[in-house]
Amino acid sequence: MKDMHAISLRVNGQAHELTVEARRTLADMLRHDLGYTGTHLGCEHGICGACTVLLDGAPVRACLVFGVQADGAEVRTVEGLADGDQLSDLQQAFSDHHALQCGFCTPGFLMLAEAYLAENQEYQHTEEQIRELVAANLCRCTGYQGIIEAIQATARARQKP
Amino acid sequence: MNATSATNATNGWIGAAVPRREDRRMLLGRGRFTGDLTRPGLLHAAFVRSPHAHALVGGIDGTAARQAPGVAGLFTAESLGHPCLLAMLERDEFVPTPMPILAGDRVRFVGEPVVLVIADDAYRAEDAAELVAVDWEPRPAVASIAAASAAGAPRLHDEAEGNRLVDLLMFDDDRLPEIFAAAHATVSATFESARVAALPLEGRACLAEWDDRDDQLVMHVSTQVPHQVRSGVAQALNLAERSIRVIAPDVGGGFGLKCVVGREEVAVAAAALRLRRPVRWIEDRQENLTASFHGHEQRYRVKAAFDGTGRILALDAEIDCDTGAYSAFPFTCAVEPLMAATELPGVYKVPAYRARGRAVATNKAPAAPYRGVSRPQIVLVMERLMEKAAAVLRLDPLQVRRANLISRDEFPYTGVNKITYDEGSYRESLDLAEGQVHARGWPAERARLRTAGQRAGIGYACFSERTAYGTPTMSQRRMRMTPGYDTALVRMDPTGEVIVTTGTCGHGQGHETTFAQIVADRLGVHPDQVKLRQGDTDLASYGWGTWGSRSVVVGGGAAGRAADIIAGQLKKIAASQLEASPADIELAGGLARVRGDDAAAIGIPELARLVHFQAHRLAEDLRYHLEARATFDPPGTFSNACHAAMVVIDPGTGAIRLHRYLVVEDCGVVINPVVVDGQVRGGVTQGAAAALLERVCFDSEGQPASATLMDYLAPTAAEMCAVDIVHLQTPSKFSETGAKGMGEGGTIGAPAAVLNAVNDALCDTGVRFDHIPVLPHEVSAALNGAP
Repeated sequence: MKDMHAISLRVNGQAHELTVEARRTLADMLRHDLGYTGTHLGCEHGICGACTVLLDGAPVRACLVFGVQADGAEVRTVEGLADGDQLSDLQQAFSDHHALQCGFCTPGFLMLAEAYLAENQEYQHTEEQIRELVAANLCRCTGYQGIIEAIQATARARQKP
Repeated sequence: MNATSATNATNGWIGAAVPRREDRRMLLGRGRFTGDLTRPGLLHAAFVRSPHAHALVGGIDGTAARQAPGVAGLFTAESLGHPCLLAMLERDEFVPTPMPILAGDRVRFVGEPVVLVIADDAYRAEDAAELVAVDWEPRPAVASIAAASAAGAPRLHDEAEGNRLVDLLMFDDDRLPEIFAAAHATVSATFESARVAALPLEGRACLAEWDDRDDQLVMHVSTQVPHQVRSGVAQALNLAERSIRVIAPDVGGGFGLKCVVGREEVAVAAAALRLRRPVRWIEDRQENLTASFHGHEQRYRVKAAFDGTGRILALDAEIDCDTGAYSAFPFTCAVEPLMAATELPGVYKVPAYRARGRAVATNKAPAAPYRGVSRPQIVLVMERLMEKAAAVLRLDPLQVRRANLISRDEFPYTGVNKITYDEGSYRESLDLAEGQVHARGWPAERARLRTAGQRAGIGYACFSERTAYGTPTMSQRRMRMTPGYDTALVRMDPTGEVIVTTGTCGHGQGHETTFAQIVADRLGVHPDQVKLRQGDTDLASYGWGTWGSRSVVVGGGAAGRAADIIAGQLKKIAASQLEASPADIELAGGLARVRGDDAAAIGIPELARLVHFQAHRLAEDLRYHLEARATFDPPGTFSNACHAAMVVIDPGTGAIRLHRYLVVEDCGVVINPVVVDGQVRGGVTQGAAAALLERVCFDSEGQPASATLMDYLAPTAAEMCAVDIVHLQTPSKFSETGAKGMGEGGTIGAPAAVLNAVNDALCDTGVRFDHIPVLPHEVSAALNGAP
């Protein structure tokens, strides 16, 4: 017998009600039950960070959170960053700084950076600080330099009065 | 050769930093990867894999698994009829090793698939796989080149004596003994590189479904080589190639892992055919790290003779590659030893050469061509030899390199290895790198760090890389399936938009952008009006996918040639409308214009509309389709670079930190500097990590000891530093655009540069490392004088 639970949550502002098996990860629930396939799974053991989403504003590895734990929560995924088809400043900066190649890890880095930018507006945003942040996730294509530059540029642009 | 700031586009769209067409959908979370696809009634696959490195399979009991909730099917080698993938090299020295799709009576590595379980839910498929009982009869395993080569070692394949799958004496100059006897100096050393995982962030994945209407098995596969997957599935399951369509949607990195065909892909295809239901398999990271393909585990026993001025006189190499349990399809296990033995001399003039290359079977996952394929190792060997010779002869190591580098006036240079090197900037890139290193103050910084009690070192690596191998070169390997050419189809629709189809298969390299730049220049349109369609076997009669730094040269070259044919058609039609000669028509800015007469012009969309909708108004030879097909099959072209690295070693912990990195690279004409810089930086990161971090580990029984990303250390941003890049441009005479391939160079040069930097940091000790990765405990032991 599957151990099913009825839950409700909001994803990118959209309300969802569903029944989900207790062992189903938040990542699988988002991807396969709700269709938010922008969240990617790179390791399923919490190291690579490709599945990073915001759970009530905090970045989490969606592979290490059960779907039922998101009951009543507000989840943000990569699909919620843009205003319609208009890329956010962070998304645009990723393109401008060649911060992505294959694009598989990109949603995780975007959500990681989105949380950082919301929380740390008073920082200097030195390369060292951003490099430490970016070290949370894995990218196999870019060598990270473009990702660091994109987040730094966005952080500084947002600080301008 | 011109040193350029590559952002200055001087020749239309080629050379311009055009923003990548691929970015938008990825940034919006609208990429379409294989794991994102779903189907009504989708079934999920899980594999039962061997827990033993070597065992006989006594019996399989799937009764409990078949009765588990949600299970729709269970397959074994027997129930599938013992299909296999057979990679073939047509050489007497090659021992074929058919790779069963599911292992039958014998398993040869931990993780080898034995049973395929299909269920209505991925979790339940894994549950059921755990219920399968297999009666294993373990056998002694060999887990290293040394163990596999020892007298009396257990054989993986009965017909492979000494577990040698390939043993080729590629070159054998009989003057070698006398040259070595008379040489001023001789350097001997053993060099080793550890087994690594390609580690694309998206593992392997496939979704197979039968389509009654098209009478085809349609497979979405995360692959670099859709046509080779089609051929592999067709050969293994005895199907016509037409009856299979392989589509590579967005692919989350490959690095060589996905340029071979996985047995899991074939197994899932077989299950979908039997069940007539869509079946999806998503590899998990443990499977990826233990049971997919590895690369790069090699040993070089090398002897080199030098004269008193540092010139190399002779080179003798014994090369052993740990190929794992089977030859990968279609390249075979010969890809590493053949590449190494053929290309070892590299950028240096070696007058006499002997090289023997072997592939040795071990009870480990099979090897696939990993980014760079043997070039990271051969560059490491040659660059370490230059340093060692300089030390023995008390010469400047860069002067020793200069004494041996092929120089500008010697191109095209045919080496002792029978390879002809087209024009490059070998000497110039070294001179520029050395100048930049000094201009940027690295030596002074090294001195300051050393005074402050740190250990700091600077290392260089010079190399070239043969890219874009076509069949003229690939045929020398004698593969049953000989790759190299590619074909493009270019069409213009009635609105003047252009569709390019190719058999290459980009997966992060920006081909949708760079191919559009190449075609846009030839047709006088904007790159946004050129759409690349790729990664679908139904779009190209045959193609060889994306690997070996081939796509922009071979696929882009074919696209350029096909576009030229369309351009010729457009010019003739414009000439007929403007009452001019076709020779006087130029295509630019969306217009066909008469040269020197600004008023005489017609829009390219208007020409396209005429061809498609007003054919009757055109002369007979100008009517109908705007469509052209062309193939390109070059011999290959050498790009080159010089890398410089600076490392800092913590004297307490032995930890090695990459501190500064510089690349002077020459890939001929740069199509898009953004893409080139991205490839270089990503490549350097992988190469530096191979030197300092990455190592797939096994115990002596062949049990994997690096099955998670806690144990297999991929580089994060914290382990990397900024990579500065300087471009030189020596256009290739062997490519349509003057471009040379550049997808692997970063990975090729970095291990040698980093290892030389580590050894420079240890220069006051007696320790020299000749293997990768060099790990902190080894440095620590060396600094503490421990053995």
